[in-house]
Amino acid sequence: MSFMSSFVLTLPEVILSAGAIALMMVAAFAGDKAEGLCRWVAIALLAAAGMASFHHAGEAFDGLYRADDFSLYAKLLIYVAAAVSLMLSPRFFSHEDRPRAEYPVLILLATVGMGMMVSAVDLLTLYVGIELNSLSAYVLASFIRKDERAAEAGLKYFVLGALASGILLYGMSLLYGFSGTTHYAGLAKAMADGVNTGELFGLVFVMAGLAFKISAVPFHMWTPDVYEGAPTPVTTFFASAPKVAGMAMLARMTTVALGPAAAQWQQILIFMALASVILGAVGAMGQTNIKRLLAYSSINNVGFALVGLASGTPDGVSATMTYMAVYVVMTLGSFACVLHMRDADGHYVEDIASLSGLSRNNKALAAGFAILMFSLAGIPPLLGFWPKLLVFFAATKAGLFPLAVIAALGSVVGAYYYLKIIKTMYFDEPAPAYAPAQSYVEAGVVAVSAVLLVGGYLLIPVLSAASAAAAGALF
Amino acid sequence: MIQTFAFYMFALLLLTAGGLVILSRNPVHAVLWLIVAFFNAAGLMLLIGAEFIAMLLVIVYVGAVAVLFLFVVMMLDIDFAELRSGLARYGVFGFLLAAVLAAEIIVAEGAWSAGKIDLAGRIAAVSGDRTNIEAMGALLYSKYLYIFEASGLVLLVAMIGAIVLTHRERGGTRPQNISDQVKRRPEDAVRMVNQPSGQGVQL
Repeated sequence: MSFMSSFVLTLPEVILSAGAIALMMVAAFAGDKAEGLCRWVAIALLAAAGMASFHHAGEAFDGLYRADDFSLYAKLLIYVAAAVSLMLSPRFFSHEDRPRAEYPVLILLATVGMGMMVSAVDLLTLYVGIELNSLSAYVLASFIRKDERAAEAGLKYFVLGALASGILLYGMSLLYGFSGTTHYAGLAKAMADGVNTGELFGLVFVMAGLAFKISAVPFHMWTPDVYEGAPTPVTTFFASAPKVAGMAMLARMTTVALGPAAAQWQQILIFMALASVILGAVGAMGQTNIKRLLAYSSINNVGFALVGLASGTPDGVSATMTYMAVYVVMTLGSFACVLHMRDADGHYVEDIASLSGLSRNNKALAAGFAILMFSLAGIPPLLGFWPKLLVFFAATKAGLFPLAVIAALGSVVGAYYYLKIIKTMYFDEPAPAYAPAQSYVEAGVVAVSAVLLVGGYLLIPVLSAASAAAAGALF
Repeated sequence: MIQTFAFYMFALLLLTAGGLVILSRNPVHAVLWLIVAFFNAAGLMLLIGAEFIAMLLVIVYVGAVAVLFLFVVMMLDIDFAELRSGLARYGVFGFLLAAVLAAEIIVAEGAWSAGKIDLAGRIAAVSGDRTNIEAMGALLYSKYLYIFEASGLVLLVAMIGAIVLTHRERGGTRPQNISDQVKRRPEDAVRMVNQPSGQGVQL
């Protein structure tokens, strides 16, 4: 494979990184005045990278990188999530600190890392991609420097993330040491004649490291603190794009590299799925901060997505990818609602109590929020129900009937706190009204996501076909 | 024979020094033990024929240790006067370590010229006719070019992050503005006055 064809295959990453470097120069010389320009150029670059991902025809750079239907699906989701969280950022930052031109640059570089993660067919590519994404994320978490909570979130994320990276790298070194290769296909070949103890240890450590990145229980502890402390647009980003990338890299890792060890990793995934569903549901109940609640909600959702992955079948992977697409829509919409929550002075508030009686002050916002919460709870007429159904079907088809039943019960428990928010908005005494929104972007994101969740059933044929094609690329 | 002897010597000293790094109460001693540990690890690398990594260990880590040493000294508030007064004590310790390191260099050189340990059993065999640096460079800039560039991006993010999180614009300073200085004409600064004698000066 020539250098040129490798270059063309990796074009999305090339566009994003070259663009990020160019924007960095703009930011360095023009200063924060150029923030608006940088942001829109970054969004345009994400769109261009999305177009470029459609050209996919195989492996690049001697099997370090693979562009296929699976990476295309995951990348499109990631780019959309990154672009929307960029659009949601300026008003928050100009109010809380000041809009800074480095923000779009860091988002772009994080996106390059995520693109590498989903396209990785080699442990080295995977690790460098994870580090690129994580390092940008650590900086983004404490982006508002004067805010103590943000600094705490950044430090916590950094220390725990570094530990998880160490665990992951240790697992990778064991896998490499016992199989003699870092290439996914090579690993699968080495494990084809049974998994020895060394490889098993490596597998367990790798799974632990990857579980941290998607915040699956029991490696979820950082999530509520980081989501609460980080600036809300950054939390929006954390909860959407990296989750898709993490789930995609886990899917590729388990099915392609560790395929022959399915019996081993299935146990791990089943435990993580159940623990995430249950802990995500129970942990959210006592929360009074909406961002913490959404953090537990994301843990809960990751659990459901893992149910599909745990089945280890093409159907299961396809269900997981559908789940992630719907999850991204729900998450972006919910955080756009959170960005509406400003008191009369225009300060951002995060108390769930401040939502009470919202339906009487702001009917449209309350309706949008209610649709998103109903959908997250998986109430049937809304789109959030569909992927849950798919993952349960996939699990039962793979013979994991108890897993599907317990996860379904977990979703009933989880519905409690989503419904509690709706009850607060519709039946409680009104709290002081929020400041009127001055930007149409947040309202637009809420409206679009609500419409997608209500009318999304029309999109199911397209979404199912895309997910099935994506999953098909792995098997 | 000499390789086996050298291997056990390096391995034993590496483990001992590693243990002493975490066991010694004196931070200065711990840092010195760390140097011994790195040095012995480099010796082990030399024995398996990875001479480039061996040199890297010595150059990079001894450099890093110097920085670490500075951190230790800065953070632990060590009294330098006391340190200097105890030079005799530290001196003996230091010279002893230096002698050990010198002896190790001699043994390593002996083992090296006696031929490296045979590692035919390992999976990725190294061809004998190229040096480590050549082999590594050929891989790094061709097969692993993609990863190499991406690692560059990781470092770039680290740099941006460090600046974003720590850079602060201070008000009230008077920085030099070269273009203002160059633009300044004599007319702006100098006034020629034909001063009649015996009258007051007008400022």
